[in-house]
Amino acid sequence: MSHDHHPIMRLAGVYKRFGDFTALHSVDLDVHEGEFLTIVGPSGSGKTTLIRLMVGMDEPTDGTIWLRSARIDQVPANKRPTCMVFQSLALFPHRSVGQNIEFPLKIRGVNQGDRKTRALELLSLLRLSEHYYHKRIGQCSGGERQRVALARALAFDPEILFFDEPLSALDYRLRKTLERELKDLHARTGKTFVYITHSLEEAMVMSDRIAIMREGRFEQIGPAEEIYAKPISRFVAEFMGEVNLFPVVKAADGLEGQGLAIKTNGHGAGADMQPGARGTLMVRPEAVRFLSVGEAADITVSGRLHSEYRLGSRNQYEVALADGRHVAVEALRQTGHAPPPGAEVTVGWDLAHCHLIAET
Amino acid sequence: MERLDGRLGFWSAGPIALMLTAFFLAPMVVIAAFSVMPQRVFEFTQMPDFSSYRVIFEQRIYMPLVWSLGMALVATLILFVICWPLAFAMAKVFKRFTLVVTIGVVMTLFVSENIRLFGWILTLMRGGLIEGHLRAWTGLSFESPLYDIPAIVFGLVYVYLPFMLFPLAQGISMVPDDARQAAVDLGASRWRVLWEIELPLAAPGIMVGGLLTFVLAAGAMAEAKLLGGQAVVVISDEIETAFTFGQNWPLGSALAILLIAIIGSLAVFAVSRLDLDALMGRKRS
Repeated sequence: MSHDHHPIMRLAGVYKRFGDFTALHSVDLDVHEGEFLTIVGPSGSGKTTLIRLMVGMDEPTDGTIWLRSARIDQVPANKRPTCMVFQSLALFPHRSVGQNIEFPLKIRGVNQGDRKTRALELLSLLRLSEHYYHKRIGQCSGGERQRVALARALAFDPEILFFDEPLSALDYRLRKTLERELKDLHARTGKTFVYITHSLEEAMVMSDRIAIMREGRFEQIGPAEEIYAKPISRFVAEFMGEVNLFPVVKAADGLEGQGLAIKTNGHGAGADMQPGARGTLMVRPEAVRFLSVGEAADITVSGRLHSEYRLGSRNQYEVALADGRHVAVEALRQTGHAPPPGAEVTVGWDLAHCHLIAET
Repeated sequence: MERLDGRLGFWSAGPIALMLTAFFLAPMVVIAAFSVMPQRVFEFTQMPDFSSYRVIFEQRIYMPLVWSLGMALVATLILFVICWPLAFAMAKVFKRFTLVVTIGVVMTLFVSENIRLFGWILTLMRGGLIEGHLRAWTGLSFESPLYDIPAIVFGLVYVYLPFMLFPLAQGISMVPDDARQAAVDLGASRWRVLWEIELPLAAPGIMVGGLLTFVLAAGAMAEAKLLGGQAVVVISDEIETAFTFGQNWPLGSALAILLIAIIGSLAVFAVSRLDLDALMGRKRS
């Protein structure tokens, strides 16, 4: 993956209003050449509006969109070298698989022989056998249709390939398979992929970078690992999965908050905060562990084991503290020497696994 | 139980089957039988000689049929072109306003066709609504467009507009929006989208609309008589004349059979190529 100095696509101060409703508030975004960027957000966060502007199905109310050095925000979708895989896939039901894939080539006036050659290449790239060429769309399964839609988009040979939650309607196992295939396809084609989804899991598995959207703005943009481990706000922390959050205040020699006294000795989480400043201490459940008697950790709390959930490879536990707060603990199933529900337990974690979200 | 249901179903279909046989099939059989009888007979006891069909071709009595089919074809094509934009707007653009258009168009059907056509005569005739006002205000005048073939086609287009509009709107509503958007996204121009996506996917609606208007217009008589003023004689008029003034039932029957054969085969061809299930909103297999 090469990060050029000039992004392949740049959005600057993009607004989109529908009457009184502002769907996008001054959005800035750089898409790097060859990256897999995923835009994640809950429904209504404006991600579909944003992708429609990026592919040209809508025009921004204000702001500019650049594709390399060309300004494109007023250029209609059929004149842009980008294309999108729709949530519904939008395959043409009256055309065969082959005709669907060849559609963008036919529009460009490529002759029939070359079209077919390319369509067959794409079928094999997507691991569909040659005899799918003559099949009707109605004869294809959900996963096969996904591949046909992808092949059609690749036949267009776009500068950037956009995806509008194309996997959301599939069952879990097929989704997992296709997520991997998509990531693999990204590596093999070297194209720039921009993917939108509301599923954090999809974003984590596939992306180089994740952009978290909330109410028409980007909350945080960065590599998946960074967004998971170092969220800049409670919203991102909670959106990126199960999390324990403790409101804290910076004290002279550490952090303090509702029964937690944390000595940081001047480094680690919150080191750059002024005394008296407020923040939220975050720790992911997988960093919290049950402590046996005499075992130590930087931070420890005691409570009663409230409930247990099995997540397959992992188990999740909820510990109720005396003041009514809950702490989530996650452990691999095999290491499950967890106490029985209702037992008094002590759990702890280390400062190295904490992240402090400063109050804004 | 199931067998009892089946038997009850079978017997309860009896009355309607009997009625259709007696009042629909039987007259057709009578017409078909008369069409092969010798000229000007009123009974079936003669030897069939198919002379009516010979007469039709020898004396060029097929011309009314040609006129009717020709004008029906032109009217259908005009209707398709003028209804497409409106039907598209009704299916995709208007939203609630579609109901207003629908009610407006349906309202015209509440008034008898002949009265509406007389209305057009008063509007278009020399000294009528348009020409009369124009002359009174400006002194200019023009010939009435009435009593000619274009006036007949205009009448057909006017009367049968709802029969093209509603099936067309239904057909267009079956075209998925994202298929159109995807085609644009893949580089297709507006015309390419129309040709590659909208026309093929709206085809069932186009077929139904075209078939309805063509069949109705081919059998129409009032437009030619009122607006056309006998500029041409249409087939229904010719058949009626043969049965009444002409007192030649076999000739009228032969003309009727010819019309039924042409329109029937057209309808069968169209319906056989049509996915009625899709049009009724049921899932495609």
